[in-house]
Amino acid sequence: MSANIYLHELRTRLKSVVTWSLGLTLLIIFYLSIFPSFSEQAALLNEMLAKFPPQLLAAFGMGNIDLADMLGFYGFLFIFIQLCLSIQASNYGFGLVSIEESELTADFLLSKPVSRWQVMNSKLLATLTSLGITDVIFWLVSFVCILIFRGSHAYEPRILLLLFAGGVLFQLFFLSVGLVISLLVRRVRSVTPYALGLGFGAYILNAFSGMLGDVKLELITPFRHFDPNYIVSHAAYDTPLVLLNVAVSVLALVASYWLYIRRDIPAVS
Amino acid sequence: MSVIEVNNLTKYYGKSRGIIEVSFNVEDGEIFGFIGPNGAGKSTTIRLLLSLIHPTSGRARVFGKDVVTRGPEIRRDIGYLPSEVYYYEGMKVRDLLKYSASFYDCDCTQRIQELSELMELEMNRRISDLSYGNKKKVGIVQGLLHSPKLLFLDEPTAGLDPLMQRKFFDLIRKENARGVTVFFSSHILGEVQRLCTRVGIIREGRIAEISDIRTLQQNNYKKVRVEAEGLSALSFDLPGVTNLQAEDGTLHFFFKGDINAVLQKISTLQVSDVSIEEPTLEEIFMHYYE
Repeated sequence: MSANIYLHELRTRLKSVVTWSLGLTLLIIFYLSIFPSFSEQAALLNEMLAKFPPQLLAAFGMGNIDLADMLGFYGFLFIFIQLCLSIQASNYGFGLVSIEESELTADFLLSKPVSRWQVMNSKLLATLTSLGITDVIFWLVSFVCILIFRGSHAYEPRILLLLFAGGVLFQLFFLSVGLVISLLVRRVRSVTPYALGLGFGAYILNAFSGMLGDVKLELITPFRHFDPNYIVSHAAYDTPLVLLNVAVSVLALVASYWLYIRRDIPAVS
Repeated sequence: MSVIEVNNLTKYYGKSRGIIEVSFNVEDGEIFGFIGPNGAGKSTTIRLLLSLIHPTSGRARVFGKDVVTRGPEIRRDIGYLPSEVYYYEGMKVRDLLKYSASFYDCDCTQRIQELSELMELEMNRRISDLSYGNKKKVGIVQGLLHSPKLLFLDEPTAGLDPLMQRKFFDLIRKENARGVTVFFSSHILGEVQRLCTRVGIIREGRIAEISDIRTLQQNNYKKVRVEAEGLSALSFDLPGVTNLQAEDGTLHFFFKGDINAVLQKISTLQVSDVSIEEPTLEEIFMHYYE
């Protein structure tokens, strides 16, 4: 790890971190602020929801959700937080080394007296810091908003912690999978389409599997591994799926190091 | 002592050729010219020596250390000026140079100051606002700011105006006088002749010739054209004559060797026109291509 690369990376990503954190903050405040009026009408709402076809509800992650419950309500929001986190993390993953190559600064960096191993470590650590900053901000905002808006409704802090901690593993999946894909293709020209594709793709896979019912495709998407409704209603993770998620992330990360250390940096042409 | 030792170094990009079995040595303190047409493998060689890419086979050592296994410590004493310069667009020149300096164990502030004054570099401008020539100057400063022992210059003069080119050459000569070894890649024979002590010529990924610049100049090819009546291909049957072409009364050929031999031959003829000139680089390469 070299401190100068770490700081340089962190500085480069600062604007993006601020934007994402701000976006999440607004989303959380806006959504949770309607909980008080929502929970008053909850009986009515739950009744209305019951009339929708269950497949459609499943598609929107509302399968067995109790919107009158503080964390049930938050769990529904959490799917959209996850969507943001997935796009942010895949964006960082895809861009981690490919931006240097597409903007042709890789020659500058790698002709310095640093090993690829050090470069990768520093970049990853800076990215983890960036994601961590986003996390801490949205955790605090969520926590404060829940305290303010829950009214007389109880909530289980342990479940909230499960959601938060799951969010970190969730981000790692997209970061490492994005990274390994960026190293497998010859050249990533623009990061954003890839990141949106991976994030939304994983989300839609989970949503559609809700509609299709029996197809087991959803087992590969982190939106399923860390399904907030499951976590809220069971007060626990779906352990085998979480283990699968961690295994894929670790594998992708190991493969990324392996590929990057052996990589031929493409020349300008 | 050899600063660079390259042994049967081969690089394929998939199936397409990079370089094939390239071998040469660069000695301590010399300016080694590496010359060849575009796509011959000059940049590939430099990128291999910097471990930006990995060899398919063969090996290369810099400062006696293998480039594949000991790249980072080798690069401590290397300065690199790429043919196309690209830096972090959002950064200011000053910050980029500071970032560059932060990779080395030195306080390079003084030297950055000296170099940027010499190259007339504006330190407070953003990289994205710089013209190509100015970016090249940033490249020169960042390649030299840590006082490297070995310099890789890959087509360094492209984009520099003639005045800056001269300053740049003076700078390189001064560095060389301090004992810095220079690896100078170019496709312009003239600038290599001005600066280098030895040259390697590369074509289609293979080393065609390595020679002392003086030998190259002594044995320099001359392009000769003789116009006289009754000339035939046999009229200039001398050792050193190549590429002989005859067309009604005019002979074109390249000659390598003592030019007096040709002059004596010409003096025995009743010529109507003669020209002896330096072949262009393209013609020299054409020659090596055969």
